Amino acid sequence: MSFAILFLLVPIAAIAGWWLSQQRLTAKPWLEVGAIGDIADTGASSLPAATIGLGVFLAVVSSLFALFISAYFMRMQVADWAELPAPKILWFNTGVLILSSVALQYAHLAARRGRMEDVVDGLIVGGLFALTFLFGQFVAWYQLNTAGYFLATNPASTFFYLFTGLHGMHLLGGLVALGRTTDKVWRGPGLSQVRLSVQLCALYWHFLLALWLVLFTLLTPWVGQFAVVCRQLLT
Amino acid sequence: MVDVSIGPVGAIQPAEVKDVELYHPKSWVTKYVFCQDAKVIAIQYAITALAIGLVALVLSWLMRLQLAFPDSFSVIGPQEYLQIITLHGMIMVIYLLTALFLGGFGNYLIPLMLGARDMVFPYVNMLSYWVYLLAVLVLVASFFAPGGPTGAGWTLYPPQAVLSGTPGHEWGIILMLSSLILFIIGFTMGGLNYVVTVLQARTRGMTLMRMPLTVWGIFTATVLALLAFPALFVGSVMLLFDRLLGTSFFIPAIVEMGQHLKYRGGSPLLFQHLFWFFGHPEVYIVALPAFGIVSDLISTHARKNIFGYRMMVWAIVAIGALSFIVWAHHMYVSGMNPYFGFFFATTTLIIAIPTAIKVYNWVLTLWRGDIHLTVPMLFALSFIVTFVNGGLTGLFLGNVVVDVPLSDTMFVVAHFHMVMGMAPIFVIFGAIYQWYPKVTGRMLNEWLGRFHFWVTFLGAYAIYFPMHYLGLLGVPRRYFELGQTAFIPESAMTLNIFITMAALIVGFAQMVFLFNLIWSLFMGRTAGGNPWRATTLEWQTPETPPGHGNWGKDLPIVYRWAYDYSVPGAKEDFIPQNQPAVAHAA
Repeated sequence: MSFAILFLLVPIAAIAGWWLSQQRLTAKPWLEVGAIGDIADTGASSLPAATIGLGVFLAVVSSLFALFISAYFMRMQVADWAELPAPKILWFNTGVLILSSVALQYAHLAARRGRMEDVVDGLIVGGLFALTFLFGQFVAWYQLNTAGYFLATNPASTFFYLFTGLHGMHLLGGLVALGRTTDKVWRGPGLSQVRLSVQLCALYWHFLLALWLVLFTLLTPWVGQFAVVCRQLLT
Repeated sequence: MVDVSIGPVGAIQPAEVKDVELYHPKSWVTKYVFCQDAKVIAIQYAITALAIGLVALVLSWLMRLQLAFPDSFSVIGPQEYLQIITLHGMIMVIYLLTALFLGGFGNYLIPLMLGARDMVFPYVNMLSYWVYLLAVLVLVASFFAPGGPTGAGWTLYPPQAVLSGTPGHEWGIILMLSSLILFIIGFTMGGLNYVVTVLQARTRGMTLMRMPLTVWGIFTATVLALLAFPALFVGSVMLLFDRLLGTSFFIPAIVEMGQHLKYRGGSPLLFQHLFWFFGHPEVYIVALPAFGIVSDLISTHARKNIFGYRMMVWAIVAIGALSFIVWAHHMYVSGMNPYFGFFFATTTLIIAIPTAIKVYNWVLTLWRGDIHLTVPMLFALSFIVTFVNGGLTGLFLGNVVVDVPLSDTMFVVAHFHMVMGMAPIFVIFGAIYQWYPKVTGRMLNEWLGRFHFWVTFLGAYAIYFPMHYLGLLGVPRRYFELGQTAFIPESAMTLNIFITMAALIVGFAQMVFLFNLIWSLFMGRTAGGNPWRATTLEWQTPETPPGHGNWGKDLPIVYRWAYDYSVPGAKEDFIPQNQPAVAHAA
């Protein structure tokens, strides 16, 4: 739980505190009656609601994974924990996911400049890379399975399947949104709407990449050893 | 009246609030069933929550009957008793209180009080309700599953939750966990709406510090819920894995009926941490909306501005933040480092400070107010009294040395029923009496309401005051019957019968309430747009009940805070939020 508090609640509290500090919480509303035409600024962000909505959703997802990772660290301390040899293909998958993110960033930049064909290219290539990543994750499962590491073999393998599975499900959800966005771009409505959708897809993709990098570092054995060294240093 | 102009004078900022693209229902189904209008969704949430709450109420009667007359009911055995207490607790806390405050009142009041046309993501909002309904149905299904619902207690502690000694270990626990997972997914969809609507869809002039405290309470509670429910999600998913797939997250190596189970190494304490990391904020997820609503009820019916509005807002935020660092005070008896116990006892007691500030402010709002003892006001006052009572026993239990002997006795049951059972329920009743006229256009019957109030209020004390005493005697909670013990006197049994009688009478009063809800729908006095002469925006809608899109052609513009009651020199004793200053400035 200490992990959740340090890595989740502190940043969120910082963001919330910063946001609250911008909101004139020391105002004295009982003294501030406006006359006609004298309308107070609500302090709402100029960002579209969808962007804020995605931001809040990502905070919820962060909370979810931070708590899973807390559970991972706490469970790790029990004696029956055994290291899991991480399949080599994960390195390949990570590379593919980075490329996927790059492709979406490309689509995002193209949308900003109004180059519609490039947007479609970026979205499709990004989607294909993401599908490749998911397939690669599946191969990793298969390799672990054939090596005799089943879901219930050891907590380390359970967490491996759980983390990769959950991350993959989030990516699948993202692919649905990506499919709808590509469809929208194809049909070609107003540029501003497309821009927003593509931007949100790209943002979600970068978040899932960052999340994967965290999970990947956790799931590769040397991190476990590193954690042990750190703990010894601290105690 | 002092007129202080704020913001760029004379500049109307038209781009501030964009009209949402309204969705227009085309058929009966999209208007009343699969509807994206927040008001309809609110009513759907409320009806579903009240319906499932009624089931939990009946369960509480069964539980009380068994405790008072242990040998009289052959249908209730120890197994059934455990199932009854589990489902009673789970339904009341999550499927009734959380869903009704956030899904019900949140959906109805946030857009109306903020001057918005609807929630910002109406489609997702609709999905939220249907996923919630699915969660309720899965929960109800567990009653009919082989082996019945789970009897693990509402905390679902492993390892007992999945072992064969616990009733419902076949299907009940699986359905329970699935239902919780669904509930959380549904809630997240709704919660995103509530938060983003408050952040982005406030009408012109509605600064954060002009929001009614109801919205502050619901908003902060939603933020807590969005961050805390994932902990329950994590715990539920992992426990489901343990139960279904044979993993060992929480279940240690264990021998059951002489046989080694396949589990090994799991940590039951890990589940407790996850559960209470959700479970304690949950108390405030229920309490903060209640705080907010009560503030508005008191101010309106005492015809006086809320005392210390800024302090009230700060206290809500402070309580919300603190609620994340107190969870382990539910685990004093789980075995922990004494320094941890000391830390959590300290944070727990610190929370009493902002809470006490709120209580003082409510009382000071009442001081020299023009108090109208309407039904909503009666319920609001009873909330203050009950919350203080429940809170005081919380100070007892927050200390490790006092908690250890009292833990697992009826004292704890009495404490949390006062503080997060009866107190929020009083607010829910008060709020229903308050806003029913806006929802339906008719008033609830006053005399039935008064009857409902007095029986419920006095009955609640008849139930829970003696229960503290039973706890001090050492009567344990969760026990199907007391049997013969050396330390519990005969008189405890008499007290149990008394409590049960009171509980049945209070239950009967709820039937009167239900009758009132239905009867007044057709026969109630017509309410008019603003029967309570209140200032907040929802009472200023052009139509009552508010039409689709809430505001007709133009959104309201807010010029003042929500508490301009009995302003000296004003014509009426209330000035609505959308009324500009009349003075020289104009």
